[in-house]
Amino acid sequence: MASGVKPRVKVPKTAEAGEAITIKTLISHKMESGQRKDDDGNLIPRSIINRFTAEFNGENVIDVLLEPAISTNPYFQFEAIVPESGEFTFKWYDDDGDIYEAKKKVSVA
Amino acid sequence: MTTHTRQFNRRSLLSLGGCALAMTAVGGTPALASLTDDAIAALTGGAGAVEGGISITAPEIAENGNTVPVEIDAPGAVAITLFADGNPTPSVATFKFGALSASRTASTRIRLSTTQNVVAVAEMADGSFQMAKANVKVTIGGCGG
Repeated sequence: MASGVKPRVKVPKTAEAGEAITIKTLISHKMESGQRKDDDGNLIPRSIINRFTAEFNGENVIDVLLEPAISTNPYFQFEAIVPESGEFTFKWYDDDGDIYEAKKKVSVA
Repeated sequence: MTTHTRQFNRRSLLSLGGCALAMTAVGGTPALASLTDDAIAALTGGAGAVEGGISITAPEIAENGNTVPVEIDAPGAVAITLFADGNPTPSVATFKFGALSASRTASTRIRLSTTQNVVAVAEMADGSFQMAKANVKVTIGGCGG
């Protein structure tokens, strides 16, 4: 499932020091639950993103463990504090070992 | 004759898997609900969770069980675990909040196989547990059967 996976992240470009900013993330992924069957009645094996993390300048913001009950194209919204200018790093961990990464810079006025 | 019918039923249920079981067998719901209770007990180390303090926002009626928006708000929590007590596997997700998390809130979208409760269990900073429940009526199940 390395093809067609596209992370999308919405982060404000600027923020006040110590301000809480809202972050929205979405990654295109089919999140095959392992419960479904194909036309021949065979179980389609599970293939999901099992972990999502967000960091700012190396400091953890949120760490999410995902189960098959998370919808296709996993979406998360949460709030972070930005103490200084820096960069957010978002990582999605696929069942197949792939790690998808997205980075966003925020400048503190 | 009855034996045959019963065998057929059991076999077809087994082959159809947990999702179909949850949707067809009404008697199966308490067993699945207790699966959630077991999971909560395992999470809290048998201490159990008290209701209140935290909130969970989910639609009362979800037309499509494949993507149900859920928002959790648990001030003072270090981690929140979400369960869906009518799903074949009750675990949905675990959110752990880090040093730069501004608030103990998060939103996501989840799959619900049938009408059921969504349960949030929050581990508080002092090691205690709190929980909140929201009942969601699902028109089309999200198991893809």
